[in-house]
Amino acid sequence: MHNLTLAQVISGLNQGDFSSLEITQHYLNRIGALDSRYNSYITVTGEQALSHAKQADENRAKGITTLLGGAPITHKDIFCTKGIKTSCGSKMLDNFISPYDATVVSKLRDAGAVSLGKANMDEFAMGSSNETSFYGKVLNPWDLGRVPGGSSGGSAAAVAARLTPVATATDTGGSIRQPASLCGLTGLKPTYGRVSRFGMIAFASSLDQAGPMARTAEDAAIMLNAMAGVDLNDSTSADKPVDDYTAKLNNDISGLRIGVPKEFFSEGLNADTQAKVQDAIKEYEKLGAKIVEITLPHTALAVPAYYVIAPAEASANLSRFDGVRYGYRCEDPADLQDLYMRTREEGFGEEVKRRILIGAYVLSAGFYDAYYNKAQRIRRLIKNDFEQAFKQVDLIIGPTSPSPAFKIGEKTSDPVQMYLEDIYTISTNLAGLPALSMPAGLAGGLPVGVQLIGNYFDESTLLNAAHRFQMATDHHQQSAPNLEVGD
Amino acid sequence: MALENSDIEKLATLARININDEMKTEVAGKISDILTMIDDMQAVDTSGIEPMANSLDATQRLREDIVTESNKREQLQAVAPATEDGLYLVPKVID
Repeated sequence: MHNLTLAQVISGLNQGDFSSLEITQHYLNRIGALDSRYNSYITVTGEQALSHAKQADENRAKGITTLLGGAPITHKDIFCTKGIKTSCGSKMLDNFISPYDATVVSKLRDAGAVSLGKANMDEFAMGSSNETSFYGKVLNPWDLGRVPGGSSGGSAAAVAARLTPVATATDTGGSIRQPASLCGLTGLKPTYGRVSRFGMIAFASSLDQAGPMARTAEDAAIMLNAMAGVDLNDSTSADKPVDDYTAKLNNDISGLRIGVPKEFFSEGLNADTQAKVQDAIKEYEKLGAKIVEITLPHTALAVPAYYVIAPAEASANLSRFDGVRYGYRCEDPADLQDLYMRTREEGFGEEVKRRILIGAYVLSAGFYDAYYNKAQRIRRLIKNDFEQAFKQVDLIIGPTSPSPAFKIGEKTSDPVQMYLEDIYTISTNLAGLPALSMPAGLAGGLPVGVQLIGNYFDESTLLNAAHRFQMATDHHQQSAPNLEVGD
Repeated sequence: MALENSDIEKLATLARININDEMKTEVAGKISDILTMIDDMQAVDTSGIEPMANSLDATQRLREDIVTESNKREQLQAVAPATEDGLYLVPKVID
């Protein structure tokens, strides 16, 4: 059962091949038996999952149909789940039981999803390796000595290890696409504002976006159908009509214009990764797409601008963790200042503290123009580059990350090296564009991802192109080794 | 851009995060490396470019000024570290 895609699970449920209770129990058994290898879950909500599964089966018996029909899913632990611990991978929220559900959580529940639990992640979504979690690092199912990527590393490892059919994730600078790439999955970051951020613990509000972590483009499309839409509780959610993202999956893509930005194939790109991306481009040519060389001249400035804007927004967002209203509080504070200073010293991990300090620096008097304002101007230049490019092409293709999964510990001592992991993903967050990563083959036994970037609110074209690629290739069907109990 | 330990102390106060003395040099070094990377921005002429805060250049939606939330004080305070009589407790601020 665990080798079925989400689409196959839904059709199995619809045809009565198995019940929601059966498949939910099957996944819970697998998590219990296998997750000690990967550490992909922070919380497993077995009891609640079984009760929701039972309810899904009862609804089905009554003739009530839903999009997901009782299919199991997993939520990244950044999404608030009512009555369930929501930690965001941090000691700061280790004791936080959310009083409400995130919109993504309630929408998926309404669509008939059964949540198995909460996935591990980099603390407050700050990281590219899932090594900053308070709950310990997540291991890549393809090679337990390597990272799964981050920050949605738990979501990715859980899907790759077949401990859930599909998971929710979030992407501020690459946190869906990079782990998807490193774990051999299809991960989609929708257009900024396409999915509500209500109840999704904020990191950098102008960049954060939720999306699905899946095995196929079809599964990502099904999930996006359930997740997307305007929300009165999120004033930045887009009030635009939502497509049926599965409707155009099979459309012919001959004549589709795909741009190849030369800046995405510069030094620092691993040769194997480059070769796999080139193969993917050739495959698209075979499918009838027109390949067009394009330029995104400000690409090299995306990482510097991001590391001003994201920490600036983070320092403001994370000021709410003050030890007063929820979360961790230090012991025996001498006074209010001491309460703040020690709560935040003890509650936050190293990387989170570093980013808050950088944010405080770039926003401080005398530096604001040189850093924050400058970064916001560069952000516009990056967006302008994409707008120019989309006058010539329908999609953009390139690598997702510079190399396949790196070794645990390899980049932890050098933050700048870790930040450069996101060199190909960050510019789309700054521009607010939708993008996905999907498997493009293996290099040395490790998955390599190819990235597709689409135009604003055109997730349908992205998913269509990804689906056609997956119909013509079998990269997305490769699975990590030793996934069975007893292996 | 190289930061001194005294810069870190100032930032720590601004950010309300205590940084141990033994950590200050390491934190200063790593943040300095990051600021050096960020300084690549300064090579680009951005004069005449409007700063962009939102990728869709969206502005806040307005709605009718009506009450949409019910009182959830008990629920919300149930997760607070310390409360009394519906108030959040903090160390004494005024003598």
